[in-house]
Amino acid sequence: MEYQNAFRVFFAAKSQNEALARIMTAAFLSQYDPTLSEITDVKTAVSEAVTNAIIHGYEEKTGEVELFCGYKDGQVYIEVADQGKGIADINQAREPLYTSKPELERSGMGFTIMETFMEGIRVESRQGEGTRIYMVKTLTTE
Amino acid sequence: MELKFFKRNRTLIIKIDGEIDHHTCETLRGETDRAFEKMGGKNIIFRMGDVSFMDSSGIGAIIGRYKNIQRLGGRIAVAEANQRVEQIFQLSAMQSLIPSFPNLDLALEYVEGGKE
Repeated sequence: MEYQNAFRVFFAAKSQNEALARIMTAAFLSQYDPTLSEITDVKTAVSEAVTNAIIHGYEEKTGEVELFCGYKDGQVYIEVADQGKGIADINQAREPLYTSKPELERSGMGFTIMETFMEGIRVESRQGEGTRIYMVKTLTTE
Repeated sequence: MELKFFKRNRTLIIKIDGEIDHHTCETLRGETDRAFEKMGGKNIIFRMGDVSFMDSSGIGAIIGRYKNIQRLGGRIAVAEANQRVEQIFQLSAMQSLIPSFPNLDLALEYVEGGKE
């Protein structure tokens, strides 16, 4: 797809970079006059995806997280990817309240939140190779 | 994120200011558990009026505290959550375990009304 604007960044899979990912996403989005609620929706979804990459993809070890934001005709396209361990069972991972890491006090709500706050979400994952999440959101104003 | 701790009767009140995510949750969990141990008490209230962002990590941390407190016969509640935070609580159906109140007085009434 040809975007009217886009950026792609790579950052260390460290938890302090979750805030960085949210700030970069919000700054990119703010060029397109979104509502405050739309900014928060996208920021929350990005936060969930990046947290999943760090906790589950890399299991809090060294790695790199990729964040892509693109804009075209009133829609925002997000990708969050890691080259970590991958998801064994994507359907199970997407079930509300399911978590593979209850010992870390994870709520199991990450995918549910991404699905609720974004319009479309697609998950590509291969065990041992990594995971890529695609999300889309239509902005009400242009 | 900034945390302030107060004690009222048998309730530890934690005022959270800033963003709650996986990164800041570690501080939230650690400091809350330490304060509870040090200041004593039975119940916990999270005052969330100044929370500017929260993702699902916040739910995990609050439910984690609920499990600890429940074992000791205490109660836990949330106060002053904004609409966005409330929406995330509703998605997780957390309110069946941890009620959310518009102000501190109502939250105190609930937690202090627990059984001896």
